Amino acid sequence: MSYQLENTQQGEKYNTIFSRTTPAQRRKRNARTKLRSRLLLGVYLLLMILPIYWLLNMSLQTNSEILGSMTMWPENLTFDNYIGIFTDSSWYMGYVNSIAYVLMNMLITICVALPAAYAFSRYSFIGDKHLFFWLLTNLMAPPAVFLLPYFQLYYSVGLFDTHIAVALAHCLFNIPLAIWILEGFMSSVPKEIDETAYIDGYSFPRFFIKIFIPMIRSGIGVTLFFLFMFSWVELLLARTLTATEAQPIGMIMTRTSTASGIDWGTLAAAGVLTILPGILVVYFVRNHIAKGFALGRT
Amino acid sequence: MSLHLQNIAHTVGGVPYISDVDLALEPGSFNVLLGRTLAGKTTLMRLMAGLEPPTQGRILMDGKDVTGVPVRHRNVSMVYQQFINYPSLTVYDNIASPLKLAKQPKSEINKRVGEIAEMLHIEHLLDRYPLELSGGQQQRTAMGRALVKDADVILFDEPLVNLDYKLREELRDELRDLFKVRNCIAVYATTEPNEALALGGNTAILHEGKLLQYGPTDQIYRQPNGILSAEMFSEPPINIVPGRLTDNDITFDNDTHFTCDDALRKLPPGDYQFGVRASHLSLTPQAADDLELPVTVDVAEISGSETFLHARHAHFPLVLHLLGIHELKVNQPIKVYFPIHKLFVFDQQGHIVHTPLAQTEGAAHG
Repeated sequence: MSYQLENTQQGEKYNTIFSRTTPAQRRKRNARTKLRSRLLLGVYLLLMILPIYWLLNMSLQTNSEILGSMTMWPENLTFDNYIGIFTDSSWYMGYVNSIAYVLMNMLITICVALPAAYAFSRYSFIGDKHLFFWLLTNLMAPPAVFLLPYFQLYYSVGLFDTHIAVALAHCLFNIPLAIWILEGFMSSVPKEIDETAYIDGYSFPRFFIKIFIPMIRSGIGVTLFFLFMFSWVELLLARTLTATEAQPIGMIMTRTSTASGIDWGTLAAAGVLTILPGILVVYFVRNHIAKGFALGRT
Repeated sequence: MSLHLQNIAHTVGGVPYISDVDLALEPGSFNVLLGRTLAGKTTLMRLMAGLEPPTQGRILMDGKDVTGVPVRHRNVSMVYQQFINYPSLTVYDNIASPLKLAKQPKSEINKRVGEIAEMLHIEHLLDRYPLELSGGQQQRTAMGRALVKDADVILFDEPLVNLDYKLREELRDELRDLFKVRNCIAVYATTEPNEALALGGNTAILHEGKLLQYGPTDQIYRQPNGILSAEMFSEPPINIVPGRLTDNDITFDNDTHFTCDDALRKLPPGDYQFGVRASHLSLTPQAADDLELPVTVDVAEISGSETFLHARHAHFPLVLHLLGIHELKVNQPIKVYFPIHKLFVFDQQGHIVHTPLAQTEGAAHG
């Protein structure tokens, strides 16, 4: 009661009746609590952001400065590392490859997962619950388990070292995830909307595209974010299933370690460029992400 | 366009939802489905609409068998209890969507949507999205969508339940007027007997998936065909009093005997159940032949200018619907008066055996 009425006159009265602290003391204590929580959060944020800052810092320094002394900010600010990446095709093609298979994967996954999630959300069929749970178990298996069969299979059908190979391999964990998230969002749409649409004369495809998909827009956005995230950071499958033509950026970054030492500056610049797309995507779905983590069930 | 449900039965997962319903709805009629929750009103409507095929029986529209025809190819519309609109479309597009799908010319769509919106008093909201509207406005939008196309059957599944009572009365009256000019079958589900009485038309009483009675609403009110129909169709419920009829007199407790009137005398002697409406009971004798019963007061609920008096006789409870405020103490012994010529008589199985003559009464809606 006391803190709800804090700033009103009545609050002051109640506070003086029910506690021995004076309003002045109370205000001081509140300010202290606020300050403490801000301080804690600040420290936490600092610890989180420090490695990223350090990466940025390194990416703007020359190798000699990185190795020579510990500097908190670039003393000789240089963009050579970035210029190097953007001018060398073997570098920037890494990004192109990564983006290519990630986008392919997102497209395939969403096309497969939308109808599947709709079926799970709207119909009951034999074994639907078990099938749904089985999908989740796909996420539990480490990708390394599937590495050898994928490699063998793709090699023999000539998919090895193509973008689509990686995109398909990533479907292994992305499709179950997408179905899980989308099913939650779809189930929160009342079934009566479907029925009303049929009564109005919509055909199923038309209803699905014109009415249903706009209703779960935010769910699809969140799903795409998760698909992007998982596919973008996955390295094991992407690395093994490619050689030269479709090499992901993560693999190319390992080239910086050569016999003459490690090219720290370029490595750091490549790292910064790898983080950027993620930040961009997070920005667009920032308002829906919590619901996404709850798989659409709020 | 007529709609005929022939011996319809519907089971879901082995549980019978509808059993043996036979119902013929006339063209241009307004029909009320009255029943408590779980009576099967919604299921029956879904069957009428074609959202689900019945497990048994046939559905005929104008004599044509439409049992297996999916909802898209039937000309029906439906309004749900929840406010169902397309949230991504504006109110205009929501109402226009059935017409657009029917490939009507644009000018025609514009005209029709304008008319309907004006009728439902939402013409100023056409550019808004449903979620920006109040509950009543959302439900009007849903109704607009249902009314805009010339459906053969329009189904209302308790459309006014989630609205406040003032709005409910208002929309109910409007609805009734809307259908006067249309030649389509309207079906309206409700749990409230008063709503059925206010809407008029025909009423079908459903109970646990069975059709109890179907006919003009006022006739069902006056002549229920059994205890269940009578109970369903009055608020507060009709009082059912067990009693015995002998050649000349009637008794409720084997002690006090009253003289029968001529109508009751025609019935064979035996045990019966007597129905008497709460509004027909009174605290003062209304006629010379009223039956006087001693009861004790359980509770007197005063609502505005009316009193609902719950009282207890030695063998049965009674509810009285009295005009005016009567403040009575708990356990206070009083006398109540039965009008003998207003008694319904049911046999032990609950079938009607005697209906009082049509009364000219002021407080009929009790």
